[in-house]
Amino acid sequence: MSISLEEVRHVARLARLELDEAEILSLQGELNALLGHFADIRNVDVSGIEPRSHAVSKENVWAADVPRPSMTSQQVMRNAPASKAGLFVVPTIIED
Amino acid sequence: MLRAKEASCSEVAEAYLERIEAIDPTYGCFLAIDPESVMAQAAKAQSQIDRGEAGPLTGVPIAVKDNIATAGLETTCASKMLTGFVPPFDAFVVERLRGQGAVVLGKTNLDEFAMGASTENSAFKVTRNPWDPARSPGGSSGGSAAAVAARLAPAALGSDTGGSIRQPAALCGVVGFKPTYGRCSRYGLVAFGSSLDQIGPLARSVKDAALVAEAITGHDPQDGTSLDALPISAAEIEHGSLRGLKIGLVREMFGEALDPGVRESINAAVRVLETEGVRFERISIPSVSLGVSTYYIIAPAEASSNLARFDGVRYGMRAKGSGHIGLVERTRAEGFGHEVKSRIMIGSYALSAGYYDAYYLRAQRVRALMAREFEQAFQGLDAILSPACPVPAFKIGELNKDPLAIKQIDYCTIPANMAGLPGISLNCGFAENLPVGLQLLAAPMRDESLLQMAHSVERALPNATRAAPIP
Repeated sequence: MSISLEEVRHVARLARLELDEAEILSLQGELNALLGHFADIRNVDVSGIEPRSHAVSKENVWAADVPRPSMTSQQVMRNAPASKAGLFVVPTIIED
Repeated sequence: MLRAKEASCSEVAEAYLERIEAIDPTYGCFLAIDPESVMAQAAKAQSQIDRGEAGPLTGVPIAVKDNIATAGLETTCASKMLTGFVPPFDAFVVERLRGQGAVVLGKTNLDEFAMGASTENSAFKVTRNPWDPARSPGGSSGGSAAAVAARLAPAALGSDTGGSIRQPAALCGVVGFKPTYGRCSRYGLVAFGSSLDQIGPLARSVKDAALVAEAITGHDPQDGTSLDALPISAAEIEHGSLRGLKIGLVREMFGEALDPGVRESINAAVRVLETEGVRFERISIPSVSLGVSTYYIIAPAEASSNLARFDGVRYGMRAKGSGHIGLVERTRAEGFGHEVKSRIMIGSYALSAGYYDAYYLRAQRVRALMAREFEQAFQGLDAILSPACPVPAFKIGELNKDPLAIKQIDYCTIPANMAGLPGISLNCGFAENLPVGLQLLAAPMRDESLLQMAHSVERALPNATRAAPIP
């Protein structure tokens, strides 16, 4: 199974990564080499084995639904690349 | 020494700051240091000692890998994406260290977002191995390992997703310990592969590593995967014996990829331990040979999701782009380095429609198989012994240029992350004057007995704590 340039572009869009043509080409080569090698996991018999998403099996952990001290908005905003009046500034998303 | 008042905390802190200033330009271990804060912490520690309230770590300077949040001190993950990011809070482990009076010395270099095995993927600097500055310290916790080896810090924190504590510890000739998954809270650790990530100590002896582990482990409600267990106890560490221990040697970890010098060092250590009364058993764990492939599906899949948060809106860098999506795509293009982009792409591909079953779901089944095989192996064994890394420290620029080759050296360390096992690497000898790391693995929650065994092994091996040849 080989990954096409179109697939690389599609995955980059899913991952919200802007790639130039040179990067797309080099990543196509890298992805094919790596995923081609990792395909050996397809040759092992795992029928009847439940997939495991975690190292330890824990049931859902719930936090008590009570307020606790948290960061102030000032503290949070200190690392914002652009903010105004305690809000994050982003480009216009919905046009008039 | 500090509690005996042979030296004050300020004198110790100052000595380390001076040594870092003199030597670190050669080795490049640290990314950020705030001398004022170091001296203030030392003064506070001294007043604890003077009041008679000192613990084992009071006044001890500890370096922290730069993917662990430190309030008021820049935390970048060695990525342009987080340049200038100053966390408003301490990670759980940092809070615990401060609570014990330890002095946070500074932030250490790593592969960007901990993705790599040589620390060469840092966006900021190259870190050099104290045993040979032309060589890599390993990674991704290379800055922490090199700092401890160069005696720029008595201990350091690292993080281990596929071997990132144990492998650099091995290549730098120091001790690196990854606890059982869940014994150390990940709160404040910038997430890479959440089901695999675990914080742990690097130090110059097993005992020092155990003391740091004791301080940073224990239940934390802020991390949903934190186990409801007591902190790891360092109390019994010196009371172990090698006599009668049954230790497994996994055939798949001694394959052709093993460097002859590393093989000889490990075999020599095995012979020493045999004379000390350890019984070795050669076993096979077939899924180990699938570890690298499984890991490089699962870890990038989790990373691609975790790193989605870096969008140029709430924190971190922001590039100029057209519209919201353009801004996000451009920010990520400029903020991430090549290896991070490559892993985001692998992960996004493995999770995308049409490939999810073939890659991600299948990798999770192999992971379950691996956990089951280790569980069976540990029914008759106290531990498993292997090399931590199949090669000694490699030259900078040599291995990292081949994305597949650099990934394949992780095969001895990856299984512990897959199965959640505690693992430790300690120095067992030398291959052409470069340290060789011996890895011990134990069943989940057997952290204390693992540390006890490692301590006994360290005492039995002649060169386990030899210092790097620098003044």
